Amino acid sequence: MDSKTVSYILKRIVMAVFTLWAVITITFFVMHAVPGGPFTREKAISAEAQAALNAKYGLDKPLFEQYTTYLADAIQGNFGPSIKQRGRMVTDIILDGMKTSARIGIIALIIATVFGIVFGAIAALRRNTIFDRIIMVMTTAFVSMPSFIMGSLLLILFCTTLGWLPANGASQGGLILPVITLALYPMSYITRLTRSSMLDVLGQDYIRTAKAKGVSERNVIVHHALKNSLIPVITYFGPELAYIVTGSLVVEQIFAVPGIGRYFVNSITGRDYTLIMGTTIVLATLIVVMNLVSDIMYKIVDPRITLE
Amino acid sequence: MDKNPLSLQVNMDDFLPATEEEKAYMVQMRPSSTFFKDGCRRLFKNKVAFVSMIVIILITLSSIILPMVWPYSYQTQLGVQPGHPVDPSFNNLGPMEYSSTEHAAMSRGESVFPHIFGTDDHGRDYFIRIVYGTRISLAVGFFASIIVLVVGMTLGSIAGFMGGRVDMIIMRIVDVIYSLPDMLMVILLASVMRETLGSALEGTVLQAIGSNIISLFIIFALLYWCSMARLIRGQILSLREQEYVLAAEATGAKAGWIIKKHLIPNCISVIIISTALQIPSAIFTESFLSFLGLGVNAPMPSLGSLASEALNGITSYPYRLVIPAIVISLIVLGLNLFGDGLRDAFDPKLNQ
Repeated sequence: MDSKTVSYILKRIVMAVFTLWAVITITFFVMHAVPGGPFTREKAISAEAQAALNAKYGLDKPLFEQYTTYLADAIQGNFGPSIKQRGRMVTDIILDGMKTSARIGIIALIIATVFGIVFGAIAALRRNTIFDRIIMVMTTAFVSMPSFIMGSLLLILFCTTLGWLPANGASQGGLILPVITLALYPMSYITRLTRSSMLDVLGQDYIRTAKAKGVSERNVIVHHALKNSLIPVITYFGPELAYIVTGSLVVEQIFAVPGIGRYFVNSITGRDYTLIMGTTIVLATLIVVMNLVSDIMYKIVDPRITLE
Repeated sequence: MDKNPLSLQVNMDDFLPATEEEKAYMVQMRPSSTFFKDGCRRLFKNKVAFVSMIVIILITLSSIILPMVWPYSYQTQLGVQPGHPVDPSFNNLGPMEYSSTEHAAMSRGESVFPHIFGTDDHGRDYFIRIVYGTRISLAVGFFASIIVLVVGMTLGSIAGFMGGRVDMIIMRIVDVIYSLPDMLMVILLASVMRETLGSALEGTVLQAIGSNIISLFIIFALLYWCSMARLIRGQILSLREQEYVLAAEATGAKAGWIIKKHLIPNCISVIIISTALQIPSAIFTESFLSFLGLGVNAPMPSLGSLASEALNGITSYPYRLVIPAIVISLIVLGLNLFGDGLRDAFDPKLNQ
């Protein structure tokens, strides 16, 4: 690695840290802009009880002191107690939900990437055939469908009408549909991405050179064409994870999956402010880190690219 | 005509009247085409884009006109009439079914307008709720894009024209907002703003629109102007370097003339296209928020909130979810394909 690449990576890391700080700060101050604080929705409570609650959660201190305490705690992964679920820490709730969500998310990520690349490559190699047309029409349709619609339609088809799969995510085999719902959009996107970049690569001089040297068709495709056409796919890893994270919010709601997305949505409707803050920060960290990784990988994989 | 080759006498052949064949060369085959006409021709030749345009126009027109002529309104609970006991037979009607009151009226020979998609669990005509929801979703998408355009254009052109420190500050802000996870921030802002705005709006004209839609617009103005500002700044920077602008400056053209005749015509198509492509993404975001319960205020329907409400009765009334789902997909797909067609037709530089 030359010094330029190293300085680029350092710059990106600084930028990512700054972004995370911005996320925590925005989340903190936005949440404190809520009029009356987090306890106004409770049943009428006496002034002493209110003061005691405020003291317990540190809400009686000056705003800036609360902010620095929260920042220091958040960096150590401590987001304080949940306001609505008595006696539980936000970090525990998040870790609990993460177990299921991470499983769905990682499987969806792998399925989307692998099938997307395979379909995209086949569509590019069999360009303008029926197979290519079908893939393009399907992916166009999937890309235009919001995830909650995709999930609901799959639910109607496979659970209500056909009765093949359970509608409840907590039961046996209940995670199949959530995974498919989450994977369809990024899979379609990667298919289109791979197809267009593969078509671009197939027209390059080095492919013709390889063929002229007598490299077998198979070798040309796997070692020359596919390898080079996967570069744009790497940049999509960041947005892909972001999509799966936000998609899981609605998908877990639809299929009643006990994951972090469901807790997040419930914390919004239940106005559990510490949980909203904690979940936002954790999910944002995931997305920002993944963006960072895919940007750095992009730079290392293709040295021709000069990024600023 | 015989002629001495050294003679200075004019060649009389050059002065003969033109033959019909020669005249045919001079006839203008077709009137010279303007950029706009050329673009329209390319757009109409693109079948996919043309069909999408027709679909979008049909949906838009029907969402505007139908509520005016339809006998039911989106918020009237048909079973509830002042002075009468609540009639539950209006609730949860299937498509083309009638309530017992309406059956009685029909047996008396009165004509009753059918409930094409039935009614919902509050006895409201579902067809008109779909139509009204489409109207809300389209309007939100349209106005959100206009807001994004105005904010992005203002900040982008300020950055492009001023340059220097102002440019740097604006572009750093853009970088930070760009790297924020947008959906999470949208949810966070939306969940807080519905608390803060509700009381602030009370008694003003804006209350009719609803605090949630207003907060959606504010969120778009805060978070989604970045790509528009980047685009416009880039356009201004590259257009300013063009030779024809230099030539116009050299011949003494004033700044106003250059902006009017060179800068605006050359970047207007890019701006219009990216605004058009912003509409479906705004509709996407609105339906997503509505689905999470952060969208339009009840009883106003939007396609997202209709789908979200239908999820509760999904086993008994799956069509209530399928219909808004199809309409959203049609709108988003149509707008995306039409936007792509617009880009192909009006941005010839991209084709090369």
